[in-house]
Amino acid sequence: MAEMNEKAILQFQDLDISFRTNAGTVHAIRGVNLDLQRGETVAIVGESGSGKSVTVKACVGLLDANATVNSGKILYRYTDEKGAQQVVDLLTLPKRELRRTINGSKIAMVFQDPMTSLDPTMTIGKQIMEGILIHKKADKAAARARALELLELVGITDAERRMKAYPHQLSGGMRQRVVIAIALASDPEILICDEPTTALDVTIQARILELIKDVQKRLGISVIYITHDLGVVAKVADYVNVMYAGKIIEVGNVNEIFYEPKHPYTWGLLAAMPDLETDDDRLASIPGSPPNLLHEPVGDAFAARNAFALKIDEKAEPPMFKISDTHYAATWLLHPDAPKVEMPTELVARLERARKEAEKYL
Amino acid sequence: MAKYILKRIGLAVATLLLIIFVLFVLVRIMPGNPFPSERMSAEQIANKRAEMGLDDPILVQFGRYMVNLAHGDFGKGTSLYYGAPITTVLTTCIFNSFRIGGLAILMGTTVGLILGITAALNKGHFLDHFCTVFSILGVCVPGYVFLIFLQYFFSYKMSVFPYFFDASRFLYSSILPALSLSLFTMSTVARFTRNEMVEVMDSDYVHLAESKGMYGSKLVTRHILRNALIPIVTVLAPLVVDLLTGALVIEKIYGINGIGKLMVDAIAGEGVDYNYVLALGILYSALYIGIMLVVDLLYGVLDPRIRVSAKEGDA
Ligand SMILES: Nc1ncnc2c1ncn2[C@@H]1O[C@H](COP(=O)(O)OP(=O)(O)OP(=O)(O)O)[C@@H](O)[C@H]1O
Ligand SMILES: [Mg+2]
Repeated sequence: MAEMNEKAILQFQDLDISFRTNAGTVHAIRGVNLDLQRGETVAIVGESGSGKSVTVKACVGLLDANATVNSGKILYRYTDEKGAQQVVDLLTLPKRELRRTINGSKIAMVFQDPMTSLDPTMTIGKQIMEGILIHKKADKAAARARALELLELVGITDAERRMKAYPHQLSGGMRQRVVIAIALASDPEILICDEPTTALDVTIQARILELIKDVQKRLGISVIYITHDLGVVAKVADYVNVMYAGKIIEVGNVNEIFYEPKHPYTWGLLAAMPDLETDDDRLASIPGSPPNLLHEPVGDAFAARNAFALKIDEKAEPPMFKISDTHYAATWLLHPDAPKVEMPTELVARLERARKEAEKYL
Repeated sequence: MAKYILKRIGLAVATLLLIIFVLFVLVRIMPGNPFPSERMSAEQIANKRAEMGLDDPILVQFGRYMVNLAHGDFGKGTSLYYGAPITTVLTTCIFNSFRIGGLAILMGTTVGLILGITAALNKGHFLDHFCTVFSILGVCVPGYVFLIFLQYFFSYKMSVFPYFFDASRFLYSSILPALSLSLFTMSTVARFTRNEMVEVMDSDYVHLAESKGMYGSKLVTRHILRNALIPIVTVLAPLVVDLLTGALVIEKIYGINGIGKLMVDAIAGEGVDYNYVLALGILYSALYIGIMLVVDLLYGVLDPRIRVSAKEGDA
């Protein structure tokens, strides 16, 4: 089987996906590389439409029918019944096989909107048990016991009674807890959370985030966490992938991304992040909007919105430049011949404040 | 829940009583003569009116009618089938119409559901397109045109099925009219099922079910169909009434002594038969109200959101 990073449990290699639409072909994912290691949390951040959801949907077989995977692999490493290490390319598995052997039992998913992600006609107890039963991990009685246990794990009190409740009888926060319980039902190794708190109230958001962190620590699973809120990233992630126009344009550990970001797009995202001391009018969102991927971008897809764009940005797409063993960014500014460009001073000040803030809690 | 059901039934009965009253009044102010006036002299008509109590105040007439109705007696025809009690005539007609209608409902919904499900599961492929074309044709081509077509092939060319209805060989002679009658329902159900299913299949909760490992028939029956059926029940209800009450033209063409044909005779015969028109009006309304009641209750079974709110309404 293909080459795979020794330590990774899941690895996206040069993933390239396009969608057929009436207007033409939308080249939504343009060569995504992403590693997830056992027990780690990796975040994917980026503006709306950058391709975060499509990327993860590809590995759970939930791509829309008009999608085509042009190239690339999604390698998953698992231990088979005999205890041997196996690597499989999830993109080559037939749907049925994927559902039977991977979905739920190896890789589970939590969706954005808890109001719509539960089946309105089925009790939540049944919806949790179903996942356990389909993978034949337990008989009915054991599945029931496990469902109760899961409900308690995700912080739902009065689990016995809640088992018989229908989704509409629960609040949004409760429903998202149930969705997380469903995701955890068959002991997955990887949990993918696609903006799991975006649709919730701020106070509930924090609790759900806590829950995911807690579950991750307790069960030692690996998590891919999608969000467009960098504030959330700082709280949950070990590594951060910044995505723009279907590509990962900067990757690094949390400290590298938050304190030494190299890509102007990451600067923009950080500058747009609200903090206690910036007033609203100085809160700068990145000007312009992401390119329409109906038309293949020429050069650096971010060039048009980049105040630091170089001539070469209009001609050639920058490769990933290595900054450290864990930190890479795709911007020509990192080329040895490029003029020296520093982070905007306003951002430097903000990051400094953030660092002090963080140290207080250490 | 029992209280909820009782409340619904009470409401249904009240609605029906109101409708009967309105119908009663409307029939009496309808233009036209209740008797075959061309064959009767003015004096005969006057006698007849007196005999039937048509000159009494309308409330008195209505009271008398309701008392009879309570005994299952719809009275006698004013211009149609002299002498025979309406109840007897109606029973025969209902029997014919309901059996053919029932057969049509059975064929229409099963075939429609199967077509719709197949199309949805093969979205964008040949079977889906086939189903779309079929539904458009089925909705556009009137049932009686289809019946004539069927008669031509199966009766005239191949002599497999009879040309006309024959009550003594009921099932055999019901196939063609029931099939033509079911065409519209079949297409409507197929199209609706397909669209609803496609929508449900793209919902977050089905994706969640898939992401926990559900696939194939379990996914379809437990998550997709159940949710898709809820709106289908609503479209199906009025279609069922239509089918049960017979299709005028199909009953005429195939010589079926059913309620559709009876309605035409009652209105467009030699006179406007007050009592038949009224009896049929009541029958239609009762059917409609009854089926809507069943739909309401069925909703409660299919959709827990309604079931629970009904329960809360009780408390
Ligand atoms: N079925 C589809 N047909 C056509 N284009 C699609 C389809 N699904 C996604 N896309 C396109 O792919 C791109 C990436 O979409 P994706 O949903 O992954 O964005 P995202 O980063 O998850 O954004 P958000 O933060 O809004 O969820 C978008 O430009 C979108 O228009
Ligand atoms: Mg998304």
